[in-house]
Amino acid sequence: MEKKIMKGQWVEIEEILLRPEERTGNIPEETKKVPLMMRMKGFLTNDAEVGKRVEIRTLTGRIVSGDLRNASPTYEHGFGKIFIPEMLEIGISLRRLMEDEDDKR
Amino acid sequence: MTKDRSYASVMGRKNEIMKNALGIDYEKYELSKLSFDYEGLLEDVGYSLEEIIKIQEETAVGHTPLIELKNLSALSRKYAMKGYGGRIFIKDEAANPSGSFKDRRASLAVHQAKKLGYKGVITATSGNYGAAVASQAAKLGLKCIILQECFDSEGVGQPEILEKQRKCEALGAEVIQLSVGPELFYQFLLILEETGYFNASLYSSFGIKGVETLGYEIGKEVFEKFGKYPEAVMITHAGGGNVTGTARGLIEAGAKNTKIIGVSVDLKGLHMASDLDFNKKSFTTGHTGFGIPFSSYPDRSDVPRSAARPLRYMDDYYLVKQGEVFYMTEALAQLEGLERGPAGNTSLTAAFALAREMRDTDILVVQETEYTGAGKHPLAQLSFAKERGIEVKFGNPSDEIPGKNIILPENPEMIGLRPVDMEGLRQSLIKNAVEHRQINEVSELDIFYLMEETKGTYDSVLKTLQELGIPLIN
Repeated sequence: MEKKIMKGQWVEIEEILLRPEERTGNIPEETKKVPLMMRMKGFLTNDAEVGKRVEIRTLTGRIVSGDLRNASPTYEHGFGKIFIPEMLEIGISLRRLMEDEDDKR
Repeated sequence: MTKDRSYASVMGRKNEIMKNALGIDYEKYELSKLSFDYEGLLEDVGYSLEEIIKIQEETAVGHTPLIELKNLSALSRKYAMKGYGGRIFIKDEAANPSGSFKDRRASLAVHQAKKLGYKGVITATSGNYGAAVASQAAKLGLKCIILQECFDSEGVGQPEILEKQRKCEALGAEVIQLSVGPELFYQFLLILEETGYFNASLYSSFGIKGVETLGYEIGKEVFEKFGKYPEAVMITHAGGGNVTGTARGLIEAGAKNTKIIGVSVDLKGLHMASDLDFNKKSFTTGHTGFGIPFSSYPDRSDVPRSAARPLRYMDDYYLVKQGEVFYMTEALAQLEGLERGPAGNTSLTAAFALAREMRDTDILVVQETEYTGAGKHPLAQLSFAKERGIEVKFGNPSDEIPGKNIILPENPEMIGLRPVDMEGLRQSLIKNAVEHRQINEVSELDIFYLMEETKGTYDSVLKTLQELGIPLIN
């Protein structure tokens, strides 16, 4: 069973703003066949489980409804998960080029 | 009474919503079916340049350092003929409160919102402008909502935009994140209507007048130090506000012969509204997806008449490749000790290539830097690209195909200048203007308007109109 998220917790919701058939005509096919989605954060107004329809109170005091996505969201972006040896190589080669320059002086 | 929230109905209320949210009646600037009074729109901001400088000083915006990039200039000179290799300077706009020149654009808009008694400000942007508006709103005690196009239909967010969300939230803003699509504008209108907040548009006259101080500072400082104005100012170009405001400020400072050069990252082939292409881009702004359409049709923006009109000012426009900008970002860090973000490094890349064609006494100014860090850094972007099957390798950047590969130059000499056909852009501006406004004939006034719009001659404008089958009626 999904854990209950308590009223007042900082959560993230997701909502469909436009279903595919409601989208504007002037967009590529791949965009047209998916809904326009929204995600936003706020304080949960009533106890609920993840996936349920809920309302949140946002930072500006608006009440917005959507599906509860998660509680206590954190920031997960960083500096990437794959090592990029090319970037290391650029620094080393540029410094070498400048050293050659110094030798000539 | 609850208003109809359907797409068609909300778009139909566009003009009314905009008027309430900006406090500007754009109709009074219309001169004919085609032309409008651009200078009048900008003058009505109602602040002199000196007053704008004061307003910005109150929130610690502006007066950023102008740094000579001696090592990068020397490196560029290695590949130049004797007597050539210009001096490259960079305006360290990352020193502004929220980390980019966008604070200049936001300062006047938020100041105006406060003055007019709005309780909050809203803007639609996936760029640094969100953080800038949030920062100014924090300082002036206004509420702030930012709408971002952020993730694709799989829910995967572009790392740079995720960082911009974090930054906006760090500065107290409410962030609404949307999936890919131009209907962001629909949601923007709905929220404006619901909240009654001020539209802190990037493209309002406030958004442009605020940037004039940037060009002004560059013109004045270079003149004071070197007794001349810069030969060229390099400006990363997307929606056109950076080019427009900077150029106007330079002219104000007396730098009338300084070349205004726009630079964008070449993302040709990737559709801006495509859910599939969205995360194949390693740059979220300063690219051709904005730069080209906003040059040739400025009024596609979120206000009835955009105050950002780059073709009025731009002398040349160059494209650089994603791999070149990542390379130059690393070069700036490794040779100049400046770790900065992608926006300014786009025009820096072109400056590095252009410097080789300029005399060694010439001065080129790259007019911005931006902050960097998680999500924005090349390591974050290149890792994200690799995860999505994009090949990253050394080679000739001219072979780079956006969305397929990112080609880092094998050596600095391979960084190239790819000029955009300015004449073609000017012609498409005229074509778009007459098409969107359903023009069948023009007057002398319209010809003069289009000359200003395109920095063109009477004959060139007339010729383009003739080719479009639009007669001149006296």
